[in-house]
Amino acid sequence: MWRFIGIRLLQAIPVILVVITVTFFLVRVAPGGPFSAEKAVLPEVKAALEAQYRLDLPLFQQYVAYLGDLAQGEFGPSFKYPGRSVNELIGAGLPVTAELGLYALLVAVVIGGIAGVIAALKPNTAQDYIPMTAAMIGICMPSFLLGPLLVLVFGIYLDWLPVSGWGDIPGDKILPAITLGSAYAAYIARLSRAGMLEVMSQDYIRTARAKGLPEWQVVVKHGLRGGLIPVVAFLGPAFAGLLAGSFVVETIFQIPGLGRFYVQAAFNRDYTMILGTTVFLSTLIVLFNLLSDILAAWMNPRLRAQFGEN
Amino acid sequence: MTTEIITDIAEAEQGSSLWHDAWLRLRKNRLALAGGIILVAFSIIALLTPWIAPYAYDAQNLDLGATPPSAQHWLGTDIFGRDLLTQIMYGGRVSLAVGLIATSVALLIGVTWGAVAGYVGGKVDAVMMRLVDIMYALPFMIFIVLLMVVFGRNILLLFLAIGAVEWLTMARIMRSQVQQLRQQEFVEAAISLGLPPGTIIRRHLIPNALGPIIVYTTLTIPSVMLLEAFLSFLGLGIQPPQTSWGLLISYGAETMEEFPWLLIFPGLALTITLFSLNFLGDGLRDALDVRRSKD
Amino acid sequence: MSLLEVNDLAVSFVTRMGTNRAVDGISFSVDIGKITAIIGESGSGKSVACYSMLGLVPMPPGRIDGGSALFEGQDLLQMSEDQLREIRGRDIAMIFQDPMTCLNPFMTIGKQLMEPLLYHKDVSKQDARARALELLEEVGIRDPETTFDNYPHQFSGGMRQRVMIAMALINEPKLLIADEPTTALDVTIQAQILKLIADLQKNRDIGVIFISHDLAVVADIADQIVVMQQGKIVEGGDSEHIFHHAEHPYTKKLLAAIPADSKAPMPGEPETLIAVRNLCTWFEQGKGKEPVKAVNDVSFDIKRGEVLGLVGESGSGKSTIGRSILRLVPVTSGAVDFDGTDVTGLEGGELKRFRRRMQMIFQDPFASLNPRMTVFDTLAEPLLLHGIENRKSVASGVLKLMDDVGLARNFVRKYPHEFSGGQRQRIAIGRALATRPEFIVADEPVSALDVTIQAQILDLMQELGKEYGLTMLFVSHDLAVVRHLADRILVLYKGEIVEQGTGEELFERPQQDYTRQLLSSIPGRALLE
Repeated sequence: MWRFIGIRLLQAIPVILVVITVTFFLVRVAPGGPFSAEKAVLPEVKAALEAQYRLDLPLFQQYVAYLGDLAQGEFGPSFKYPGRSVNELIGAGLPVTAELGLYALLVAVVIGGIAGVIAALKPNTAQDYIPMTAAMIGICMPSFLLGPLLVLVFGIYLDWLPVSGWGDIPGDKILPAITLGSAYAAYIARLSRAGMLEVMSQDYIRTARAKGLPEWQVVVKHGLRGGLIPVVAFLGPAFAGLLAGSFVVETIFQIPGLGRFYVQAAFNRDYTMILGTTVFLSTLIVLFNLLSDILAAWMNPRLRAQFGEN
Repeated sequence: MTTEIITDIAEAEQGSSLWHDAWLRLRKNRLALAGGIILVAFSIIALLTPWIAPYAYDAQNLDLGATPPSAQHWLGTDIFGRDLLTQIMYGGRVSLAVGLIATSVALLIGVTWGAVAGYVGGKVDAVMMRLVDIMYALPFMIFIVLLMVVFGRNILLLFLAIGAVEWLTMARIMRSQVQQLRQQEFVEAAISLGLPPGTIIRRHLIPNALGPIIVYTTLTIPSVMLLEAFLSFLGLGIQPPQTSWGLLISYGAETMEEFPWLLIFPGLALTITLFSLNFLGDGLRDALDVRRSKD
Repeated sequence: MSLLEVNDLAVSFVTRMGTNRAVDGISFSVDIGKITAIIGESGSGKSVACYSMLGLVPMPPGRIDGGSALFEGQDLLQMSEDQLREIRGRDIAMIFQDPMTCLNPFMTIGKQLMEPLLYHKDVSKQDARARALELLEEVGIRDPETTFDNYPHQFSGGMRQRVMIAMALINEPKLLIADEPTTALDVTIQAQILKLIADLQKNRDIGVIFISHDLAVVADIADQIVVMQQGKIVEGGDSEHIFHHAEHPYTKKLLAAIPADSKAPMPGEPETLIAVRNLCTWFEQGKGKEPVKAVNDVSFDIKRGEVLGLVGESGSGKSTIGRSILRLVPVTSGAVDFDGTDVTGLEGGELKRFRRRMQMIFQDPFASLNPRMTVFDTLAEPLLLHGIENRKSVASGVLKLMDDVGLARNFVRKYPHEFSGGQRQRIAIGRALATRPEFIVADEPVSALDVTIQAQILDLMQELGKEYGLTMLFVSHDLAVVRHLADRILVLYKGEIVEQGTGEELFERPQQDYTRQLLSSIPGRALLE
């Protein structure tokens, strides 16, 4: 198992390097310099600024220096907000986004998982059709449509829940978490249904029934583990999707998280901010993919042994 | 068995091909069939929009402003007094086009890549699929946002970028199909008959790999359309004066308190289309008996 | 009173396509201390009958139409699901066909083994563990202490079946239902498992239902035999009666399908058609790993007109030899001379010319035909490719082939999925014969078929072999079939030839231990002599 983790970690390093490199050069070749907005800057000031942001160096040296900064956990200063660093912005936005993501993931896994398993136990009955139709709606109802609709219904017409902010008014975290999590709940419901259906048709389930175990034990002890492996493997990609989704949800609900900063930075063409956040988020996503891969492999004794032996 | 001796194959009773069987199964699936019909209808409307749209695309009526659905404007008007139905029709052209073109890009790259990797095998396969693995691990969503920021909101670039993301899964599916089929005994039989590789691929591999590709293509289009709408909503996709459903939803969301129809109708258009595609895809999967590939 | 008394049991499956009577009023009984075998081909209802009594057939689509199944005087069919569950795994236990899929891959065998005991009886974990270890020892698992916490994938097929048996016996059931417990195993392992089941049954004095498609398998162990066909029992009685005084035509057909004779040796000294010299086919395992030596330094001749049998268990490399000769897998080293030309180095047009002269018949008739091509397309392809027929004459060529392999001509435009296994194999044979080959590799051509169909296909192959003057390499795990068909036999073990000779020589005077072991493992050997 350790070997497996080691190999996967080693494989993640080139991926992260590719991300850093591509992002860095993309941002640097972008049309329009960082200061083109501010007109008539004194040459001395411009030179000083360029020196501060290392723009006076040849491109490759800038790249090497940037790698050096990253190695020390330094994402560089912001172009737009002099005096503020990317690290500070991440430090301010990350906890909010992380909390939002966690709730959304909880919504997705708990609701999706239960719905999928329940549907799989009685395929092609109402117990299957109802949650699966709901899941289909979830998939076809993107967050940027669901969010405003939820706001309209629960925030404005019914006036039950607050429609913006984060942690200011009680209950203001409910709508964003549901908006962000629902599509993934839908995916997970479909995945876990398919996984459970496959497992429950296996011969060893018949063995368990032949032992005289009650049906709930058959499902819980013998079915769940195999059936939920695809769900665990999906958690990595789901996390990436949740991060991207947070751009939209944080914008809709005006939540001061990383996603909103990122979108704002994109509009402001705050290149160091974009660069820093992209590198940071990408690394996070790569690591999460790694984690869910490892977890899925660990759940499968065959894979676990394969990497444990040699 | 009949006892009569037939001397010409034209007299023999017609067999029922797998395609025919699949069609019979699909026809029984009402949801999938309804999805297919809706999609055909939407596509025809999209093609004919310039001729059948009730108003000109750029016709404004600032005095009128936003009005709810009425006899003149079936789905109401927006704050500039533009007919919403017209807007949705033109937006649908863009949304559907993005879905189709980006999926085609993905299909072309993915199928070729996967087929070559699967058929050649060995080291070539290892290198090609390793590359896919690495690209899989890249956070593309963020990359696309970045691309849009850096190079401006270029629709052509959007096609390419989305297509470039979606081809990865296509390549994996195609490769595992080809690999699986190559081990099938009927392909070995074809080799031992002495058929040239081109004929084997054309007659024995492609017809059998087609099912999963059709199914996956149907399911890729909605995810591409979602991606476009997502970017347009953030203001990073389609730009005015062009419009798309994502963009219309984004405008609608801004004014939904006063003019909810501006959010609801574009939302419905997108949701119905996605629904239809997904139901059709699921129906095709069942009808063509495509099992999940292990990869 | 019998342990189990089944009367007029009838089970149907209700689907949208209509109602299908799978078990149609069968009656039989199982006595304490006796083995009752239920014999039937796939779809005969033999498994459904047993599963439905225990509530293991999903209802719907299944439906019990009537009858009774008295187990110790109580009717199983009248019991509630809870009552049945109490009996399952405690009084009536089951073992299944495929030991590779019947154990939960996510759970250690120790846990799975203790599960029925812990659920049905009030015992402590320590006691359960001790009992499980004892049983593992008894069914022949070496070193149970250390393997107790292993996962199923760490055991071979035979060992897993032993674990399954231990699991079935852990509550000391009164009735054991064994559903094709040896079908998925190699012949030597099969013999061991059969002996194990018979021994355990004697020691414990329990009743056993042994479900099988193969009369020969149960010949040595069954006390009572029930023969089923299409949901009905066509004949039943003690095994002595069935084997020696069978009356029903179907039973006779089953018995006749067991090949019992040796083929007479070929007269004269024919020329050599194929000379295999020092053939090695290795499969690379990736860097730093030893390659798998599927075929290792094998040399032999095949005479013109001869049927050479190639016998071995799974993993012996027997299929790989056939595929190596036909250039379907890359050969590592050695030579294959076909009529004086070494085919291992041929490429392009040269190779194509030789491909025409050697063809292959595959094991699985469901995988060996392209599902998207009609019979006509499948048979016309080789005819046109090698210019045997032109566009005009191809239709009559195809029809002639269909006549030869015994397929009705009006099936010519049908697709493979519309045929049964036996018919598909006929199509596959037709395709192989289309190129008018001199040499055919037949790779387990009948092992995927029902017993009575097997006999038909073997007959067909023998007939066509004579008619077309074929030389054949017949690959099989089934010694009895090979003996019946082959002029000479090669015995293969782990990629090497351990013994060769005529059928008579091998069967009467085996020289090697492995051959002897193989021979003594042939099920129903008593029937052959």
